[in-house]
Amino acid sequence: MAHSQAVEPTRRDFLYIATGTVGAVGAALSTWPFISQMNPSAAVLALASIEVDISTVQPGQIATVMWRGKPVFIRRRTPKEIEEAVAVPVSELIDPLARNANFPADAQATDENRLTPHVGNAAATAETPATPAAAAPPAPSSAATPAPSAEAPAVGLQEKPEWLVVVGVCTHLGCIPLGNQGSFGGWLCPCHGSQYDTAGRVRQGPAPENLAVPPYTFLTDTRIKIG
Amino acid sequence: MAGASTYKPGSGFTRWLDTRLPLLRLVNDTLTTYPTPRNLNIWYTFGGVLTFMLVVQIVTGVVLAMHYTPNAEHAFDSVEHIMRDVNYGWLLRYLHSNGGSFFFLAVYIHMFRGLYYGSYNAPREVLWILGVIIYMLMMLTAFLGYTLPWGQMSFWAATVITNLFSAIPLVGDSIVSWLWGGFAVDNATLQRFFSLHYLLPFVIFGVVILHIWALHVPGNNNPLGISVKGPQDTLPFHPYYTVKDSFYLALFVVVYLAFVFYAPDYMGHPDNYTPANPLVTPPHIVPEWYFLPFYAILRSIPDKLIGVIALFGSIGTLFFVPWLDTSSVRSCRFRPLMKQFFWILVVDSVLLGYIGSQRPDAVWHLSGVDLPLVWLGRLGTLYYFAHFWIITPIVGLVETPKKLPDSIAKPVLAAAE
Repeated sequence: MAHSQAVEPTRRDFLYIATGTVGAVGAALSTWPFISQMNPSAAVLALASIEVDISTVQPGQIATVMWRGKPVFIRRRTPKEIEEAVAVPVSELIDPLARNANFPADAQATDENRLTPHVGNAAATAETPATPAAAAPPAPSSAATPAPSAEAPAVGLQEKPEWLVVVGVCTHLGCIPLGNQGSFGGWLCPCHGSQYDTAGRVRQGPAPENLAVPPYTFLTDTRIKIG
Repeated sequence: MAGASTYKPGSGFTRWLDTRLPLLRLVNDTLTTYPTPRNLNIWYTFGGVLTFMLVVQIVTGVVLAMHYTPNAEHAFDSVEHIMRDVNYGWLLRYLHSNGGSFFFLAVYIHMFRGLYYGSYNAPREVLWILGVIIYMLMMLTAFLGYTLPWGQMSFWAATVITNLFSAIPLVGDSIVSWLWGGFAVDNATLQRFFSLHYLLPFVIFGVVILHIWALHVPGNNNPLGISVKGPQDTLPFHPYYTVKDSFYLALFVVVYLAFVFYAPDYMGHPDNYTPANPLVTPPHIVPEWYFLPFYAILRSIPDKLIGVIALFGSIGTLFFVPWLDTSSVRSCRFRPLMKQFFWILVVDSVLLGYIGSQRPDAVWHLSGVDLPLVWLGRLGTLYYFAHFWIITPIVGLVETPKKLPDSIAKPVLAAAE
């Protein structure tokens, strides 16, 4: 037996390998509950969306609300801040993507793409950017905000360029940036010095991405729903 | 050196036990008759200090856990409860929090000792690698423990460190969410951190046993870096080194307790006495002093992913030291060139630590010249990596070492005469 070379696999070899394989796969699978238990629990995932009354936020102010355990900044921008944000060409940005949950993932980080499309009709308006401004919001006071649609069709995507809503978590290592600070007038992260502009776009590292824009819609002129 | 066992059971009972469980033989051979080079100096006592500190941390930690509440609502208050209400709670907590600092102080001395005397060289590579693993486990344990008081520094340390993993392409965000158990650092995070903080010291204890085992196979290195040639080069561990270790341990503990009793919060941050607030990051967050050099390395690189890679790389580099050192001589006593680079590395590490403690936009004003610290940090980071990956291999090849003594016994006895 010892000198016989190419021995046919025996029934015993097959059983040995099959048993070992089943055992190894079973052992590997049994680790999954121990890994998965660390993922967000159902209670955490069930955190509903929030509604925020923004009527008290004055131009130049930044309101902070909690959403999914994180701060969300609601910034009412002054005309000067909007101008500054609009004037920046996308080619100058560190992160050229909008990082906006209300737009397709490949949307460019122009100022209007950092805002929300009009009145909860996100998908439709985002996909047809040439569409003129959608119908007025249900609230009657929309006349208070001048419709910029006359300037260019693309700007018509959003009717409220003064409202910027971003997740207030630095995309570097998760600190909370400080508002109205830094050379770009937006935010400055106190931890590692990242700077954001008045559209929440990163302008100076080490942060790699623009501040994320959460999914949100205007319910009325003074009320938004985040999430 | 692991030689033949010299244990001789003295009584009927120990003879009976020795043939069933040779526990006393193990203790005798590792702690009593273990042949130790006769020229070990003060820097070799820190292994004993570290073992002592590990026991201190485990004992104080176990009793603190009897009063601490790992819940985001109650953690901060339970720490204040320990400080104010629990009998001797203030002492136990300060022993534990300062114990961490002194544990790291001892481990840094221990590691630089190993680098200076070439203790990582063959045949002690596995011993060195186990040491690096212990060091990494210590860092993880210290980080987890630092989050438990749930003050502002705790919360933001947890946020920043877990966010390091978000730099990983594609799966980074999922990993961070998995670490948190949510969308932000919260109660789920605190509870798992407490569980792991309690577990890891025992893992460290296990690796320490392997570390000592790996030490006792080739035996100790020594300040001359030459191998033991015979019994004339060694002394039994007890009483020679048990007494020497105890003496220096006592001195170390005096300094440790001086901090515990007279400056218990000196190495902490006042911000950590503010309860955690997820909406406000303190204006200047820094890690504990023992992480500062690595923090400086992270901040010196303007790219997130590369910064994180550099941070982990600076620690991971230590694994390769045994193979990066090309010299045939272990101890820097006989390496005139490497000795100088060693001290530059020490200065570089301290400098990086200082830079890590400053604000990211800090500037040094040196006689009219403005020197941004971030650039100094970049130079320091570059030098740190260059030391291990370029200088160490090249110096080993070009340096002419001094003449080595014939044996350990010779210079030791010559000095005595």
